[in-house]
Amino acid sequence: MSTTPTSRVLLSGNEAIARGAWEAGVTIATGYPGTPSTEILEAAREYGADMYCEWSPNEKVAFEVAAGASLSGARAIVTMKHVGLNVAADPLMTLSYVGTVGGLVACVADDPGMHSSQNEQDTRHYARFAKIPILEPSDSQEAKDFLTLGLEISERHRTPVILRMTTRVSHSSSPVAVGERAAPSRPAGFEKKPERFVPIPLWARGMRVAVEERTAALRAAANSSQANRIEWGDRSLGIIAEGIAYQYVRELAPEASVLKIGWVWPFPDELIREFAKGVKRLLVVEELDPILEEHVRSLGIACEGRSLVPGIGELSPSRLAPVLRAAGSAASGLLASSPAAQRPEAADLPARPPVLCPSCPHRGIFYALGKFDIVVTGDIGCYSLGVFPPLKRIDTILCMGAGISMAHGMQKAGEPRKVVGMVGDSTFFHSGITGLLDIAYNRGAATIIVVDNRTTAMTGHQEHPGTGRTIAGEGTIAATVEDFGRACGIKNIATVDPYDLKATIATLRTAIESDEAWLVVSRAPCPLYTKIPVGPVHRVDEELCKKCEACLKLGCPAIEWVEERIRVNETLCGGCDLCAKVCPTDAFVLASGECHDQ
Amino acid sequence: MTSEVMSVVMVGVGGQGILLATQITARAALLAGHDVKTNEVHGMAQRGGSVVAQVRYGPKVFSPLVPDGTARVLASLERIEALRFSHFLAPDGLAVVSDQAIIPVTVSSGQAAYPTDVEERLHRVFPKLVYVDAISIAEKLCDTRTANVILLGAMSTALSLPEECWREAIRQAVKPKFHDVNFRAFDEGKHLVESVA
Repeated sequence: MSTTPTSRVLLSGNEAIARGAWEAGVTIATGYPGTPSTEILEAAREYGADMYCEWSPNEKVAFEVAAGASLSGARAIVTMKHVGLNVAADPLMTLSYVGTVGGLVACVADDPGMHSSQNEQDTRHYARFAKIPILEPSDSQEAKDFLTLGLEISERHRTPVILRMTTRVSHSSSPVAVGERAAPSRPAGFEKKPERFVPIPLWARGMRVAVEERTAALRAAANSSQANRIEWGDRSLGIIAEGIAYQYVRELAPEASVLKIGWVWPFPDELIREFAKGVKRLLVVEELDPILEEHVRSLGIACEGRSLVPGIGELSPSRLAPVLRAAGSAASGLLASSPAAQRPEAADLPARPPVLCPSCPHRGIFYALGKFDIVVTGDIGCYSLGVFPPLKRIDTILCMGAGISMAHGMQKAGEPRKVVGMVGDSTFFHSGITGLLDIAYNRGAATIIVVDNRTTAMTGHQEHPGTGRTIAGEGTIAATVEDFGRACGIKNIATVDPYDLKATIATLRTAIESDEAWLVVSRAPCPLYTKIPVGPVHRVDEELCKKCEACLKLGCPAIEWVEERIRVNETLCGGCDLCAKVCPTDAFVLASGECHDQ
Repeated sequence: MTSEVMSVVMVGVGGQGILLATQITARAALLAGHDVKTNEVHGMAQRGGSVVAQVRYGPKVFSPLVPDGTARVLASLERIEALRFSHFLAPDGLAVVSDQAIIPVTVSSGQAAYPTDVEERLHRVFPKLVYVDAISIAEKLCDTRTANVILLGAMSTALSLPEECWREAIRQAVKPKFHDVNFRAFDEGKHLVESVA
């Protein structure tokens, strides 16, 4: 067997960014969890002795912490998913004017195809909007290299830089050449210079002019950057591609001429002109919005793009194959074969959407809410899954924190039903507090439920200000939802155990029938995180089961309807006992106790 | 060059251990000196939904995504998930399917039906099929979590990676106290195919 050189390791795109940050002498790494960006900071944490890491309460805070570090001279990264940049947009737009001292790269991960997101926004717009450079890697090696490049650009041109990831680059692993850590290049120490760091109108006007001068310099740098390159091949078709789309194009059309764009904005105009002149037909392949394509046309260059390439959802080799065939790419290899047809045997399979896990504490709250005729404004987290049948207890989702504020808006608008807002613990600390303050301040009457499972569950169990631990596992304060409720001025606050259905329903009834605002904290730790079963495994006593299907209303994946019988999948059951509590004939009994000893 | 790239697709239900199986396969390919790309599923899709993960290796790999109809192996930890993702498998590729059935909530809540003729369908769709009771074998090994590694052992017979690379990859991916049980699971999987063939 051949051996792998120790300097070549398999890293995901996210892990490669963390490695790149460590090697480049970054000393501050901040972020808020969000798929597909989360693992950047989780991997960075492993270098904790050299690099301070923190989960901040939200992306705005994370960005500002990184900005402060940069102004004191440190190299910093901040990580978030695409919608997180909306939260951090305020500091982003003005840091563009103020500029950076130590390199600052915002690693922002888009989610084409919305694998785990509520929208498909294209972060490249933000770069043009904020007038800052954006780099887009196409594999893990580039993710690491571009992180370093971004820090250098940031320091040379005094600008924050965005490193745009997408799900397929973040979550694909490929070999990366790794090196040693460089010594941090600058001593920390803020240099007082108000005309540089204080954008009051007097000085901001000068900064505004400097931003345009910087953009011209960045454009020249983009033209000569190694991140952008022409790979000449067959000149009958030239393809401009960026990010993961470059890899698909190379896979499908190895003969084509390709302009690979890794430094997306400011656009490398000279390179685009040179490439366009050298090919007969020009195609732009980019995921999501036709940003490159529109720019190429604005240069007076004819090209094809969105007329052939899908602009909705994620690209893939299978989706791009007919596009390249239509664009006249030489039909060889994969392009020569006809696509596989969907087999009839796979046409009628039952859908398998994600669901709340067996013994999830959220299930108790959703079941209890089913007893009331109410509107539930939901939020972002595992509990978003409460929208699916049979629970169907989420009526709206907008963005983090909106579960609270929208409940207030509906109630003030005169919604005839009671409005109940629901957010998770991490979401509450992220952006729920101001909404709760609004309800108290403006004399609202919504009932707000914070489903506190003691972790940021959906993204893979990250710490947050309420867990009592930092990202490094150090003990720290454990902020409580109830304390914030009291501080906001909410008078009615209750805490329930969501596995105790009777008490939960009674508390919710009091809150929902009240004409005052209520804060109900539903507290039980996520069993997937604690890895401790809530209780013993159950089974169905077939003689007692009358097949009334009351238990099926829980939507528990461990309760299965098979061959006209209800049974418990004992390998899935987490012992929460909710099935036994809702069963009118006591048919759920403890399983026989056989255990598979290690 | 593309023709030399080997593609492996692993599917199942979120929480079954697809990610670990993907990582072991990718490490084995890297140890054998190949270029490697994987793609994995994180986030919402892991909560009990259909999960697909892929590994591609060869002299040079561009796309981490497997084009339809090109995978050498499709390994499935759940029986109908094999059908759902059958479009990835090359016509002469090997399907290794655990006979485990995990009933989706869409079935238990009456919105859809779980097909009753899964085994016949599998035989129709996959000319080269290894249909295994991975859970029973894993129970015999006293660790039901090794079902994924049993499948790895079975699918390794269709991939040209040296045995030692698989073992080293398992060593790197699981904690030392689970090395032995996973080695045994891998061997059980291999023997399954050899006894069928």
